[in-house]
Amino acid sequence: MGVGTFFTSKLDEAIGWARKFSIFQYPFVTACCGMEYMATACSHYDVDRFGAGLPRFSPRQADVLFVVGTISHKMAPVLKRIYDQMCEPKWVVAFGVCTCTGGFYNNYATVQGIDTIIPVDVYIPGCPPRPESVIDGLMKLQDKIAAGAQRY
Amino acid sequence: MDGSAILARLRGRLGAQVLETHDRLGDHTAVVAREGIVDALTFCRDDAELRFDMLMDLTAVDYLKFPGREDGPRFDVVYHLYSVAHNHRIRLKVRVEQDASSVPTATGLWPIANWLEREVWDMFGIRFDGHPDLRRLLMYEEFVGHPLRKDYPIERRQPLIGPNV
Repeated sequence: MGVGTFFTSKLDEAIGWARKFSIFQYPFVTACCGMEYMATACSHYDVDRFGAGLPRFSPRQADVLFVVGTISHKMAPVLKRIYDQMCEPKWVVAFGVCTCTGGFYNNYATVQGIDTIIPVDVYIPGCPPRPESVIDGLMKLQDKIAAGAQRY
Repeated sequence: MDGSAILARLRGRLGAQVLETHDRLGDHTAVVAREGIVDALTFCRDDAELRFDMLMDLTAVDYLKFPGREDGPRFDVVYHLYSVAHNHRIRLKVRVEQDASSVPTATGLWPIANWLEREVWDMFGIRFDGHPDLRRLLMYEEFVGHPLRKDYPIERRQPLIGPNV
């Protein structure tokens, strides 16, 4: 840049742009959707193109909680505790119909949607969702991260 | 060994303890009296001709309001045995009344019976006498009732946290 030129932006937008490309996810994988999650993460679909390629296996280091698979009533307090351990800012993705609504498991064992326990930002339906759906959900999450008010 | 030969050998050894046998759909099955089940299982495991060294599954069936079983014992506890050495199988069943719903444990014969019997207790509420640690296996401790019993209300939910939906 030459003398006298300058670059203007709102600080919120700059931080949002940075945050949406540095998603550190915590994969809370409990069931068969995990296979599709792995397919999405590997080289063919390559979730690293969206800056989400580095899963963290401690909730304290993660920004986005990926809830992947059926959540039973027995597991529900564990999921809530994982969510509570994450630092702000944090987001939650419900991956697959079981996490969205309970799916076809309407029985004594299964939580009828994780949004009855923790807040959810993006729902990705499917049983399991194809990697294209997952990437679509991830991009919607990126839009939400970038558009929201940034706290720092 | 052929399935009917296994049943004949069991009948020869256990006599009146074998209440009935059948081979419906090719599944050879012996119904054994509750008092004789440990003897029957021990014989199946240790006899050189049988050598049932693997307890494939231990489960139960609730026959509440089942046509033809209205007046009979409510539960069947089912043992699926397999012999790796001889490549043959057999099923043993024990009929269990609702009020005296307990069966002698098989944990002394196959260690896997420990968890399988805990699962049957959890799901059906059938006790196993002599079990070292008869706690729920699948459901949480706070859960009330036994969900695979036919009279467990299909709509009843017992969440630990969150709404009761």
